[in-house]
Amino acid sequence: MKKECIEFRNVSFRYSEEGPWVLKNVSFRIPADEGVAIIGHNGSGKSTIAKLINGLLFADEGEVVVLGTPVTEETIWEVRKKVGMVFQNPDNQFVGTTVRDDVAFGLENRGVDRSQMITAIDNSLRAVGMIDYMLHEPHRLSGGQKQRVAIASVLAISPQIIILDEATAMLDPKGRKEIMHTVNEVKDQQGLSLLTITHDLNEITQADRVIVMSKGEVWLEATPREVFAREKELQEIGLDIPFVAKLANELGKVDVPISQQPLNHEELLEELWTYHSNK
Amino acid sequence: MSNSLIIGQYVPSDSFIHRLDPRTKITMIFLFVIFVFFANSAASYAWLTAFAVGIALATKIKIPFILRGLTPVWFLIIFTFILHLIVTKDGDILFQIFSFPVYSGGVIQGIAISFRFFLLILVTSLLTLTTTPIEITDAIESLLDPLKKIRFPVHELALMMSISLRFIPTLMQETEKISKAQASRGVDFKTGPVKDRIQAIVPLLVPLFVSAFKRAEDLAMAMEARGYQGGEGRTKLRELKIEKRDIFSFIIFGLVIIVLFLLRV
Ligand SMILES: Nc1ncnc2c1ncn2[C@@H]1O[C@H](COP(=O)(O)OP(=O)(O)OP(=O)(O)O)[C@@H](O)[C@H]1O
Ligand SMILES: [Mg+2]
Repeated sequence: MKKECIEFRNVSFRYSEEGPWVLKNVSFRIPADEGVAIIGHNGSGKSTIAKLINGLLFADEGEVVVLGTPVTEETIWEVRKKVGMVFQNPDNQFVGTTVRDDVAFGLENRGVDRSQMITAIDNSLRAVGMIDYMLHEPHRLSGGQKQRVAIASVLAISPQIIILDEATAMLDPKGRKEIMHTVNEVKDQQGLSLLTITHDLNEITQADRVIVMSKGEVWLEATPREVFAREKELQEIGLDIPFVAKLANELGKVDVPISQQPLNHEELLEELWTYHSNK
Repeated sequence: MSNSLIIGQYVPSDSFIHRLDPRTKITMIFLFVIFVFFANSAASYAWLTAFAVGIALATKIKIPFILRGLTPVWFLIIFTFILHLIVTKDGDILFQIFSFPVYSGGVIQGIAISFRFFLLILVTSLLTLTTTPIEITDAIESLLDPLKKIRFPVHELALMMSISLRFIPTLMQETEKISKAQASRGVDFKTGPVKDRIQAIVPLLVPLFVSAFKRAEDLAMAMEARGYQGGEGRTKLRELKIEKRDIFSFIIFGLVIIVLFLLRV
């Protein structure tokens, strides 16, 4: 059996005593070296889950276990050393006065040796294509560039878990593809687990598994293909599936046999081509 | 505008003075400020002026540019001079302006004090012209290090300074954005009676404060998530190093001070 990496056991959470429950009895497991996407409508509790994982918030009920350690006041520093997290707003997580200083921040906190720090900064900035902006101040960067820097900061600390909370929302499609490719490459090389939070279903195709959240509850846990097959229900909870998946579903309705739910253009093309030559 | 704020008055260059360790510069300026008060003869003033001008030249920054940077304080310097003319009542009466007698002692005193003032301002502005604010922050953190023994929050102070430096331009941009947004809703910042204009500031400040607090909250969270738990056990990327040129500068400075004391009367 694969080692558990993140585990939520019947977690409930609310921001204030009288407030509404933001998470209701949430349970899921993410094994090590797996890529999992969490999707859900605005306010469905995705960011809250991320914050519970590295101890920025604590569960009111149930337990959050990260790499075998329950997340409590005593263990947060140990947990945070292993979890790299990128938040939604790239501006408010930029601590350093320059790109280089910002990437250094996490390394400095971990007491990393200066010479190692310089190599790590170089490598991670190169990986996100920001090496030429090393000495730029944050106000001279675009939103997308700041997001790249935030991702570089996480790559630099080589964590065991990476959480991206809508961390590519400001990137153009090409940039997003490149960055997600880089992150996935690092994930495969270093065998770490990746948790991508998004409300864009286009982004979940690279995930091994998808957790669909709705109103603070786990609504579905499935593979991307299975998720795309449930177009109607997803629409009911406010999520729209990608065009390719929609087209495949429509084709299915008019008796074009689609043997497996396609994730992208190439796969759909393959399906249609096979169908055509078998006709 | 926002760009000039983050770097302060800093003028990039690779001059000898620019490359000095910021701690060297701060220490020497601190000492200079003290020693200026020891000058008491024309020769000693001339000597310090020569030294200050020498440094100004060594920065490779154009002298008119440096002097233009001093414009706001010219007024203060002249004011000091006039004050001394009027207040000091030493020596012979030279002449009278509007029935105010001007004494020779007053003139001498006025010149000396305003000149001293000028030297102080010139030298300190040379610091900010040749040193980035973040270097100054690092230097302060390093120089105040001994105060940690008496629990003075040196690291926190330096962090506070660097975060302010990081967010000043961001908040400036935001102010600009909000003021445009409010102007498009008909708020008028530029005309009308002062009372109205002050009132117009309110819809500018309120959203600015709200967003600043939101930012502070997010930033604190992001810093924690990135493993920040205070100064203990942290390493640093930006490193300060005393080089040969720093020691050389201190020796020169020492000689300058010795000569200063020889020129005193
Ligand atoms: N600091 C807070 N204090 C009180 N309530 C909060 C706070 N942060 C979030 N909430 C509430 O918790 C719920 C879940 O918020 P969360 O940020 O986890 O949503 P999300 O799924 O990340 O949404 P989005 O897609 O907009 O990022 C929302 O209803 C929100 O109003
Ligand atoms: Mg969110």
